[in-house]
Amino acid sequence: MMKEKIAACRAQIDEALSKIASGEQLKEFHARFLGKAGAITALMRDLGQIPKEERPAAGQLINEFKNSVTERFKALEAEVAKREMQAKYDSESVDVSMPAVMHAPGALHPTSLVKARLCEVFAGMGFRVWEGSEIEDDYHNFTALNTPKDHPARDKQDTFYIGEDIVLRTHTSPGQIHCMETMKPPFKVVMPGRVFRCDDDATHTPMFHQIEGLVIDRHVSLCDLQGLLDTLAKAMFTPDTKTRFRPSYFPFTEPSVEVDVSCCECGGSGCRLCKGTGWIEILGGGVVNRRVIANCGLDPDEWTGLAFGAGLDRIAMLKYGVNNIHILYDGDQSILRQFRK
Amino acid sequence: MLLPISWLRDIVDLTDISNDTIEKSLFSCGLEVEERKSAAPDISGVVVGVLKAVTRMENSDHLNICRVDCGEYGDDIQIVTGASNIKAGDHVPVALHGATVYGRDGKVTTIKNGKLLGTPSNGMLCSGEELGIDDDWYEGAGVYGILILSDDTRPGADVKDVLDLNDEVWDISITANLPHCQSVWGIARELAALLDRPLTPPATDYTVADVTDDEIDVTVQAPDLCPRYIGHYVSDVKVKTSPRWMRRRLLLTGHRPINTLVDITNYVLTELGQPMHAFDLSTIAGKKIIVRRAEQDETIVTLDENEFKLSPGNLVICDAEKPVALAGIMGGLNSEIRPDTSAVLFECAKFMRDNIRHTSRELGQSSDSSHRFEKGVDEYTTGVAMDRALHLVEELDCGTVTRRRIDRRANENPVPTTIRTTFEKLNAVLGISVPREIVTGILKRMNYTVVTDGDSLTATAPAYREDIEDYPDLAEDVIKMYGYEHITPRMMEGCAITAGGYTLAQQQALKLKDVLVMQGFYELINYSFYAPQDLALLRLPEGDPRLNVVRIQNPISENYSVMRSTLIPSLLRIVSHNGKRGHESGRFFEMANIFTPAEGNALPPQTMHLGFAVWGKGESFFTAKGAAQAIADAFGVTFTYERTNVPFLHPGATAKVLCGGKEIGFFGQLSYESAEDAEIVGDVFVGEFDYDVLAPMFPELVRYAPIPRFPTVERDLALVADEAVTCGEITDAIRAACKNVTDVTLFDVYRSAQIGDGKKSMAFGLTFTPTGDAPLSPEAVDKFVDKILKSLSFRLHISIR
Repeated sequence: MMKEKIAACRAQIDEALSKIASGEQLKEFHARFLGKAGAITALMRDLGQIPKEERPAAGQLINEFKNSVTERFKALEAEVAKREMQAKYDSESVDVSMPAVMHAPGALHPTSLVKARLCEVFAGMGFRVWEGSEIEDDYHNFTALNTPKDHPARDKQDTFYIGEDIVLRTHTSPGQIHCMETMKPPFKVVMPGRVFRCDDDATHTPMFHQIEGLVIDRHVSLCDLQGLLDTLAKAMFTPDTKTRFRPSYFPFTEPSVEVDVSCCECGGSGCRLCKGTGWIEILGGGVVNRRVIANCGLDPDEWTGLAFGAGLDRIAMLKYGVNNIHILYDGDQSILRQFRK
Repeated sequence: MLLPISWLRDIVDLTDISNDTIEKSLFSCGLEVEERKSAAPDISGVVVGVLKAVTRMENSDHLNICRVDCGEYGDDIQIVTGASNIKAGDHVPVALHGATVYGRDGKVTTIKNGKLLGTPSNGMLCSGEELGIDDDWYEGAGVYGILILSDDTRPGADVKDVLDLNDEVWDISITANLPHCQSVWGIARELAALLDRPLTPPATDYTVADVTDDEIDVTVQAPDLCPRYIGHYVSDVKVKTSPRWMRRRLLLTGHRPINTLVDITNYVLTELGQPMHAFDLSTIAGKKIIVRRAEQDETIVTLDENEFKLSPGNLVICDAEKPVALAGIMGGLNSEIRPDTSAVLFECAKFMRDNIRHTSRELGQSSDSSHRFEKGVDEYTTGVAMDRALHLVEELDCGTVTRRRIDRRANENPVPTTIRTTFEKLNAVLGISVPREIVTGILKRMNYTVVTDGDSLTATAPAYREDIEDYPDLAEDVIKMYGYEHITPRMMEGCAITAGGYTLAQQQALKLKDVLVMQGFYELINYSFYAPQDLALLRLPEGDPRLNVVRIQNPISENYSVMRSTLIPSLLRIVSHNGKRGHESGRFFEMANIFTPAEGNALPPQTMHLGFAVWGKGESFFTAKGAAQAIADAFGVTFTYERTNVPFLHPGATAKVLCGGKEIGFFGQLSYESAEDAEIVGDVFVGEFDYDVLAPMFPELVRYAPIPRFPTVERDLALVADEAVTCGEITDAIRAACKNVTDVTLFDVYRSAQIGDGKKSMAFGLTFTPTGDAPLSPEAVDKFVDKILKSLSFRLHISIR
């Protein structure tokens, strides 16, 4: 009797399961057969109507039947869920090559990038960063740097004047004097900034950027200077960049050197950028002149110094392959856009 | 300076040393060869030809057909020429097909095979002019017609070999610390020391004749400006043409040969670096030379016929009556050497470089002499140079050297500089240990007198080295000769460890820039100066502080003549520039100093400003405000915005920005008038903040505040308000009415006929935060809203929709 009822129910279930394709139909199936008002629960209720001694066997049959149906239902439920998820994914598929929706970031100026990079490199070596005034007095810009009035070294620095003894700084070197006047040695400092010279042609802009470095300690030498500048060159260009010293002259250093780095374009084999020499001139430096140290109120027998200066725009041009300094000051966003970090 | 290599090789023995090696050696001495030029850079492909036959062309009255033997280039080349000074057997320069020579206009031209009156001509016979030379270089090169070469020249030989045009002339840059290298001799001396090669000093011997003429009186009244003055009298002068070897050297070094006396002064200047002058003694009144400061408004006419009005800052050479030379710069026209000059006073002096430079700049007058004096001339060489000039007078047979020599020195017994130091100190500068014997060897080769005792080192500089002051100078001379390749990189061993890095203020400035970059801004760097017209774009009213600018006294042009008092004009120029380049929108900022004039001799103070501009499609007052707000949010400060007026901004769309009770700047829409002046298409919104006021507002420390234990509650309110009521007023009123409101955000504004004319509906999102120890119940929030609505209705006549 119960066996027949179960068989009939199984037939219905088989048919119903075979037609299920969606979660909605699964719910219907559950309600119709497995729910509180479902057919299998109804079979349980029918147990009361059969003889007492047959009940355990019939009950076992119904339970077995219910378990098997539940198992099949769960399997189908998992399958449908998987199918539906797949359909959702399919319908939501996007063309990843379509444009992004965003506020595109802008960019820092290339000279700023180079300035920040150099300051970071030197900060790591114990240098502070100091920025001075673009307008300087004659004393700090020239005289204290061992370049008195009518000194021939002033020729190379055509100066903008604001007043008789007030100038737009022609280099970042006056920072050396300010730092020696105000900081307690030993110290290390880099001084980036805008500088100005009366020069405006194909290869010069009347304003450009330099970075000055100064180390004041008890025993520093040319070897330390080359160590520092080697680090700078490697950080700025590539780890295998080399530096070379050759004699030069600055009134505020003695000895003075011009520093060449191996050409970042050809690696030193010679190309158009380095005019076939394999070397590019980017820096000047030297051992701080004892007079300059004395000018700042320090004892040159106790304190020694190293100083160097480099053109930030020139480094930016070399680093980014910009062949004309005026490009750096053009302001066209097609140019600026290219310097996103 | 220009250095002919043949001359250099004459003085220092450079056998077996190539020009390339010489260049490298000079480079390591700090003498950079800027250019290596051939003596005749433009002449090529010209060879010696022997004329085998010269016949008159049949249909021409002046053209000749020549058959020319050019050796390996062809032994029977037909060339047509119009010249008439040639005959068979002559050796002549022949420019073959492809050769380059100078045309009639002085420009370089290339010779090609062609036809003259139908007759093939396969080259050109050249004149001296076409080869760029005249009689000063080669005998007969100045004649009109073809240059006839000597008969012993080989057909096919390059004329540059035949005419000595293969010399090289190098342009060498001399740094200001090497005045002793400003001459052929000086460079030779340096090179000889470096390469350890023998030197041949220029001859300085001569014989003197007794004279009975009047004494010549020399008085130096300004010994501070003229520490040494030598005058030497040469009688029986014969003014003539100098020998070709001298003329050639003068030509190669950029001097025009004039006559023996003038040429000798230029030759000595080039050879030894000592400027000289020759006075016609007959024009020197009273046979007196006085070196003194000029009197106020005294005048002189120099050799180039320019008249100058002088002042006591200028040094002049005078006779008993008048100035006869502008000291160190140029002689006077009144005492110049003439063809009939018979007696000469040579002047050889040291004038102080600062004074010569000052006078040269002040008067705008310069010469080879002044250039040398400005770099510095040493008074030892002053004496040598006079002897050299007198030797040349004798050698060129252009006068009689007399016994009359007057030598005035401020310091009768100059003591050469002696440096007492130690090898250790020298090596400490370099950072390496140069062996003692190498140090002393180098110093001796550089003509120092060296005494050593253990580690101590006493070096007396040669008399011509007035630049030596201290032991680092010795260290530099040693390493130049020893070689900079001996310096090895080392990282500040033994130096103190120092704390480096950015200050907080510097870090904040970098962060501020990054915040703007992430908002889509491009950083600009503009010049610190601009044109008054740039400032005029702002149409500032009289009295506006931005019109009070720092001016540059000597600007390159009006375009860069005033220091910036505001960054806005630079931003406008950039926006305009981008518009003209086809861009339709853009965001830009610049962080830079602005300048304000100072009183008296004080430095004009600079203030760091942040200027920004957003322009074009998609930008509005509120996107500009968003950029400002992003800064506030990034640094955790509160900006408040109040309506204000700025002369060049839209009167209805301009806000001032306050932070911590201080006004930090403004932003708003650029006025249509200024936009038109700046040629900007589309709306542009600009702002400028005083970073020096803003930066101190950034908190240095973050203090943690506990988050509320119970959740916040959100409520939206749609309010109807009069048009005139501002969002800020409503927000303030809501906050004032209920202390539990922790956030008020406007999210919609709506106008319609239904709401009524002159009214607007504004939807606000409110956040209520529980303050006590219990969660907020819906009833409690209802009460808050009630209170807020009552307050809004009472204070601002606002109703709920």
